[in-house]
Amino acid sequence: MAYTVEGKGPSHIGIRMSNDAPPSHKEEARAQAEEALFGFWVFLMSDLIIFSMLFATYATMTHALAGGPGPKQLFDIHSAALETIALLLSSFTCGLATLYMRYDGSVKKTLLWFVVTLLLGAVFLSLELHDFIAMAAKGGVPSRSGWLSASWALIGTHGLHVTTGCIWLLIMFAQVAKFGLDPLVQTRFMRLALFWHFLDVVWIGIFSIVYLLGVIS
Amino acid sequence: MIHFLFGELGYNALPFYSAIATVAASVVVLGAVVVVGSITWLRGWRALWSEWLTSVDHKRIGIMYVVVSFVMLARAVIEACVMRSQQAVAYDSPGFIPPEHFAQLFTTHGTIMIFFMAMPFLIGIYNFAMPLQLGARDVSFPVMNSISLGLTSAGAVLMMISLCLGKFSTGGWTGYPPYTELSFSPGVGVDYWIWALTLSSLGNTMTGINFAVTIYKKRAPGMTLFRMPLFCWTALCISILMIFAMPPLTVATLMLAMDRYLDMHFFTNALGGNMMNYVNMFWLFGHPEVYILILPAFGVYSETIATFSNKRLYGYTSLVWATVSIAVLSFTVWLHHFFTMGQDGSVNAVFGIATMLIAIPTGVKVYDWLLTMFRGRIRLSVPMLYASAFMILFVVGGATGVMLANPGFDYQVHNTLFLVAHFHNMLIPGLLFGMLSAYHYWFPKAFGFRLNEVWGRIIFACWTGGFLLAFMPLYIVGALGMPRRSQEFFEAVYQPYMYVALAGAALVFCALASMAIQLWTSIRNRDSLRVFAGDPWNGRTLEWSIAAPPPEYNFARIPKVDSVDAFYQAKQQRTAWRAPDEYFDIPLPANSPVGFLCCVSGGAFGFALTWHIWWAVVVSALVFFGSIVLRSFNRDTMRIVPSGEVQETEENWLLALSETPPVANEAMFTTANRGLVREPV
Ligand code: HEM
Ligand SMILES: [Cu+2]
Repeated sequence: MAYTVEGKGPSHIGIRMSNDAPPSHKEEARAQAEEALFGFWVFLMSDLIIFSMLFATYATMTHALAGGPGPKQLFDIHSAALETIALLLSSFTCGLATLYMRYDGSVKKTLLWFVVTLLLGAVFLSLELHDFIAMAAKGGVPSRSGWLSASWALIGTHGLHVTTGCIWLLIMFAQVAKFGLDPLVQTRFMRLALFWHFLDVVWIGIFSIVYLLGVIS
Repeated sequence: MIHFLFGELGYNALPFYSAIATVAASVVVLGAVVVVGSITWLRGWRALWSEWLTSVDHKRIGIMYVVVSFVMLARAVIEACVMRSQQAVAYDSPGFIPPEHFAQLFTTHGTIMIFFMAMPFLIGIYNFAMPLQLGARDVSFPVMNSISLGLTSAGAVLMMISLCLGKFSTGGWTGYPPYTELSFSPGVGVDYWIWALTLSSLGNTMTGINFAVTIYKKRAPGMTLFRMPLFCWTALCISILMIFAMPPLTVATLMLAMDRYLDMHFFTNALGGNMMNYVNMFWLFGHPEVYILILPAFGVYSETIATFSNKRLYGYTSLVWATVSIAVLSFTVWLHHFFTMGQDGSVNAVFGIATMLIAIPTGVKVYDWLLTMFRGRIRLSVPMLYASAFMILFVVGGATGVMLANPGFDYQVHNTLFLVAHFHNMLIPGLLFGMLSAYHYWFPKAFGFRLNEVWGRIIFACWTGGFLLAFMPLYIVGALGMPRRSQEFFEAVYQPYMYVALAGAALVFCALASMAIQLWTSIRNRDSLRVFAGDPWNGRTLEWSIAAPPPEYNFARIPKVDSVDAFYQAKQQRTAWRAPDEYFDIPLPANSPVGFLCCVSGGAFGFALTWHIWWAVVVSALVFFGSIVLRSFNRDTMRIVPSGEVQETEENWLLALSETPPVANEAMFTTANRGLVREPV
């Protein structure tokens, strides 16, 4: 049987590598980065199923109020709109950060925009926490009705994801401090960015289906 | 304070409420003591730790998966025998098992067979064989692979602990609410079930991701998707099924957990809960799951039938498309599991027809296998025996499946033993026989010696005979209306069939015992069964082109592939087993304790949640995530096998290979087989 020449990997995926790294290392790092990114896409697809189950459950439970408070009494659409703005902005800054990372290579600018992303994430989370507390104060606790269970679970799962994203950002800052913005750290940032945009998309679903439809109906 | 430390766990959790429970728990404890004792006696802890528990080598992880599966198989078969004995004496009599205990038995039996026997078995076999068939050195994410193993094992351990502390769920393997809600099942049983399932399904999701990426990214150069062995195609399909079908189960069990722990109302009777949501999500997972169980067997049979017929697989492309369409269709039929739960007749009709459609690609496969055998040089090896039994029995099971797909018929027999007969008819010849033939087929590759042939045939006879006796009668009593899951019955006509079924269960038990004996004698006589040369069956795919057992790096040089059955073709053209002109250093993933830590902390997490020991919940979660985060700071994740070492290993093997006398085709099952077979003329 014929054998292959070792170390020939697939082509580029947009990661900057310093020019002094030996070529074989570069190829290997590329191949690994590509696998990692592809794997992460697949994971996101799986995660999307989790959200779609939660959405479906929510949809079937819109009328399961059991005499308890409903969306009109409980939702603060202004706060939800602010959350949306914060999250959308954070997606934008996250995009800026990755662009700087890929095409500029400036550690400072990259980090700056990731820090802004983190802050916006924190704003989003505090607003959401505030919403939850306000809902509970009005009697909208998850144990009150099927609809409330479904909304808390859906919004809460998204919130937990954003929390995870924020912690992940903090860990990445520690990694930059330790390793600099090397290829491995970069691929991790790329995955984090994918995750962050994904959460944005899910939030748009939540905002329109849960909040907007909730207050209209 | 005591409550803080131990949660709900107290003396009354100990299994002294019934003699059977006490015996079962003692067996578990004794087994654990024996294992720990013998490892200590053999001074094996260090080796166990450094060569197995922390290993990220796909071959070793695969083997560990299969070990888990065998342990769980033993338990579940014994439970099946106990249930069969109960029903044999249960005519108009309470028998020797009270109803609640009987309910625990069918729940643990079903849960274990599906999640802790079948899934680890097939994942283990794929883990071992698939990267070798692809010409890869490992899966894409080796550490994640060992975390998956850790999570599945943690679930299995939780199942075993549940025998000793507290009582298990009585809700069946499906765990339907509202029965499994707190108001009807207040004990810890359902919680055990929830966390065992959640742990294992998270592990399985990660396995799916890992396998799919491996197949897309790690194939040897030249191995296009349509040059992959069919076994790898089934791996791809089940990975996709796992990626998309495991999350609904995770969501369903976690929502049930939220109902039970946080007083929510997803599936309760009161306050707007809707149990149909559970049923839909469970079967949105459950039906693809049955194809996750069946497709691997299809893959194995496609390999073994081709190998032992000495022919290229007939209709390769049609087999691929049949596999893919089964995978796709499997997402469109989940409703056939609850035809009787109140939806419109036309909805039932749609799902009934969709279900019947699946019979078409499956039929295509059976014809392809038959035509592969047609005019082949068939050698009745153990895997070939299983394949032949499968083709007959599976068609019977498929036919009853098409019957059940008709909602009108289903109304008559749902919830009877007819259904139980049907799904065992699919799962035993389909899943279990497939996995057992994989075990016989790849064992020599994994360990370097063959399994004893005579015992192999005895095991086959016991399994097939036992299956026929245990389940054919159930079709009849099911059609006569005997409900499933009944601890006692009052119709005299059922009784004789129950005796026959008991005899079947006894034979199955003999099969289990024979498996232990076979392993024992094969290990003892391993020197006469050695096949170091590596190709004992005249194989066709890449895994047979290397030594048995394979070196840790699998391939000294990654082979180049230009056809299906590349290795067989190379043998024909006399280009197989060529020493490469040059050897290189080979980087391999280094061992890592993360998988083991995840196993321990994941198991502790499930246990603590089950017993409401909140401090332990927090601690174990911190350990779990902490170990993963710490791991991400470790840059020393690779290990280099120096080219000199590779060269020495390879040259040793090539030398042995050149001195191995090829055995005649007819003498393949004798001790003359040293891992090289002469091509029949
Ligand atoms: C080894 C031979 C086996 C025997 C003798 C056996 C026997 C039984 C019996 C007696 C039951 C209870 C039936 C009832 O509801 O009255 C049962 C249920 C079940 N078995 Fe098996 N079984 C065997 C193998 C398997 C295998 C290989 C699998 C799957 C891979 C399996 C999966 C199940 C499931 C899912 C249930 C349903 C549990 C429930 O009702 O929730 N069994 N089996
Ligand atoms: Cu089904």
